[in-house]
Amino acid sequence: MRIRTFVLTAMAAALVVGCSTAEKAVDKAKSAATAVAKAAPKPKLMSGASAEMLANTCAGCHGTYGNSGGPATPTIAGLEEDYFIDVMNQFKSGDRWSSIMGRIAKGYTDDEIAAMAGYFSKQTFKPLLNQTAPSPTGAKLHEEYCEKCHEEGATDPDDIVLAGQTVPYINWTMWDYANGVNKFTEKKMKKAFDKMIAEHGKKSITELVAFYGSRSK
Amino acid sequence: MNISRRRFIQVSGLATVAGAVGAPYIAMGATKKVVVVGGGTGGATAAKYLRMADPSIEVTLIEANPHYYTCYMSNEVLSGERTLDSIRFGYTGLGKHGVKVVNDMVTGIDAKARTVTTKGGKTFNYDRCIVAPGIDFKWDTIEGYDANVAERIPHAWKAGTQTALLRRQLESMRDGGTVVICPPGNPFRCPPGPYERASQIAHYLKQHKPKSKIIILDPKPKFSKMGLFVQGWKDLYGYETDNSMIDWRGSAQGSNDNAVVKVDAGSMSVTTGFDDVVKADVLNVIPNQKAGKIAFDAGLTNDSGWCPIDLHTFESKIHPNIHVIGDASIAKGMPKSGYAANSEAKVCAASIAALLNGHEPGTPAYVNTCYSIVGKDYGISVAAVYKLAEDGSKITKVSGGLTPKDASAEARKREVGYAHSWFKNITSDIFG
Repeated sequence: MRIRTFVLTAMAAALVVGCSTAEKAVDKAKSAATAVAKAAPKPKLMSGASAEMLANTCAGCHGTYGNSGGPATPTIAGLEEDYFIDVMNQFKSGDRWSSIMGRIAKGYTDDEIAAMAGYFSKQTFKPLLNQTAPSPTGAKLHEEYCEKCHEEGATDPDDIVLAGQTVPYINWTMWDYANGVNKFTEKKMKKAFDKMIAEHGKKSITELVAFYGSRSK
Repeated sequence: MNISRRRFIQVSGLATVAGAVGAPYIAMGATKKVVVVGGGTGGATAAKYLRMADPSIEVTLIEANPHYYTCYMSNEVLSGERTLDSIRFGYTGLGKHGVKVVNDMVTGIDAKARTVTTKGGKTFNYDRCIVAPGIDFKWDTIEGYDANVAERIPHAWKAGTQTALLRRQLESMRDGGTVVICPPGNPFRCPPGPYERASQIAHYLKQHKPKSKIIILDPKPKFSKMGLFVQGWKDLYGYETDNSMIDWRGSAQGSNDNAVVKVDAGSMSVTTGFDDVVKADVLNVIPNQKAGKIAFDAGLTNDSGWCPIDLHTFESKIHPNIHVIGDASIAKGMPKSGYAANSEAKVCAASIAALLNGHEPGTPAYVNTCYSIVGKDYGISVAAVYKLAEDGSKITKVSGGLTPKDASAEARKREVGYAHSWFKNITSDIFG
C-alpha cells in the first residue's frame, strides 16, 4: 500500500521565509547538508561598475534614463546629486519609509550611490502632465510655504522638481513626512512643512498634491 | 581587476580558435553586425541597449510574431483587471533606435560561418549573435497533454491567444465550478506566476462566482513567495478555512503525489501521481519547461535543457560569438523573470559593445524586482541586487528580499501602485 505524504503550507512556508525563490530554498537545503563538512568561503565579488551600468539597473522600475511614465514610481532623472545620496542613505538606514527601496539601497556602496547620483543628475526631468485637476488652494499653499526652495511653481530643474512628479508618490511621501515615518533631508523643509500643517491641517497635503499633479506643460 | 583581464583573454582565445579574430576585423573599419534572435523581453532590450551603447553597431532583430504579449501582468487579464491589448507591444519603438526589425522565423544558426538563416529564406551575417528564445514546453512529460490539446486546455504560459482562451473559459464557467491549475516543476519561467494566477482568478471568482473553487495540483513542496501568498490567501480568500476558495496541494520532496501525470481532455480531468482523479470545469496545465526550440537547433543547450553561458558576457560556453539571455540561459543565481531578462540583456549589450570595439567588458551590475498582485490593494514583492563573483561562478545576491510579513495594508496597497508602474516603465524600457 502506498502512503500519501502530506505537505502543509504553514510548515513549508516557515521553511521558505527569507528565500526569494523555491529553487533557492532547495539550493539552501542542499547546501545546508554539505555546510557541516566544509563552510564555503564567501566569494569575492567584482566591483567598479560604471555609472551607466549601475543606473541601467534602475530603469526597469523608474524608466529609461530615470523618467517614469507613472502612475506611482517616481521619476529620478534630474535629481540633485546630494539629494539622491541623502535619500538612498535614508532608505538604507530606515530613516525614510519604503516598500522596496530599503531592500534595494542596501545593495549599493557609497561609491556606487555617488556614481548613480552623478548619472541621474545629468538626465533631464520629463514631467507627467495633467495628472490632476488644478487646485487654486494648492497653488496658494505652494506659494506660501514651498516656492522659496522649489522655485517657479516647483518646475525649476535646478531644484527638486515636484510639479509633474508622479502624484501617488508625492502624496504618499508627504503623508509619510506628516506621520513622522520619514525624516526630512532639509531642516528648512521641516520648518515650512510643519508650519503649513499647523496653520492649515493635513488636508493641505491633498491640495498641494493636486497643484503639483496639475502641471500642464 | 586581474581576474577580469584574464577572463577577457579567455573569451578572445576562444574566438581565435574558432577562426573569428576580432581586432583586425575592427581595424579594417567594417560595420559591426549583431543579430538578435527573438523579440521578447531579453531580445528587445538587448537590441535597444546595443544601439544606445554604440550607434555604429548594425543591429538586426528577427522575430516571428508582429507583436509580443508580456507574460507578466497577463494574470490581470485573466481576472478582467486589464485588457489583452494592454499587454501587447510592437516593434516600431525599436525601429526609432535604429534597430532593423525583421518579421521572420529563425530556422538555423551556423556558429562557424556566423550566419543566421530564416524560414523566409534570408541569411544574415553577424559578428556576434544574441539568442533570446524564451521557453518551450516538455510536452512528453504529461500523458494526454500536447500542443494540440493546449488549444482547448490552455497553458497560458506564453501570453496572447492562450491568455484570451483561458479568460473566456473562466468567464463562461458556472458559479460553483472548479478551476484546476497545474504548475510546473522547477526550473520554470516566472516562479511566483502560477500562484499569482491562482490569486487573480480567486479575485475574479470572489466577485462574480463566489461558490467556485480553485485547486492547485503542485509537483513541488514549496514555491516562490510562499509565506506571503499563503498570508494573502488567508487575508482575502479564506485560505485554510472550511470555506477556502483556494486549495493548494503540494507534493513532498521526491514524491509526485499531487503532480499531474495524465490529462483526459474528454472528461476534463487530471490524474495525479497518487492516482487521484480531479475533475475540472476550467483546466490550466503548465508543463515543465526547457529553452526555446532554436537554442536546441543551434546546439546551445546542455543536458539540463537550458543554455550554459559566461555570466559576465552571456556568451555561450558551447559556441563562441553567440550570447544567450533571458529564460533560456543558465544565469546562475538569477530567477527566470522579466526583470532578470531585462537586466541580463543590458549586461550582455554592454559586454558586446565593448568586445566589438576591442575593449574589455566592464564590471556588470544586475537587479531583479518581481511584484505579484494577490488581490485588491494587495501587492507583494521580491527584489535583489546582484554582483558577479570574481571567479565568474555565480551572479551573487548582495541585498534584497521579500515584502515583510508584517507590512501594513497601506504598504500592500502602495506595492500595487508600484507594480503597475513597474509594468509601464519596464515595457517602455524594452519596446519604447
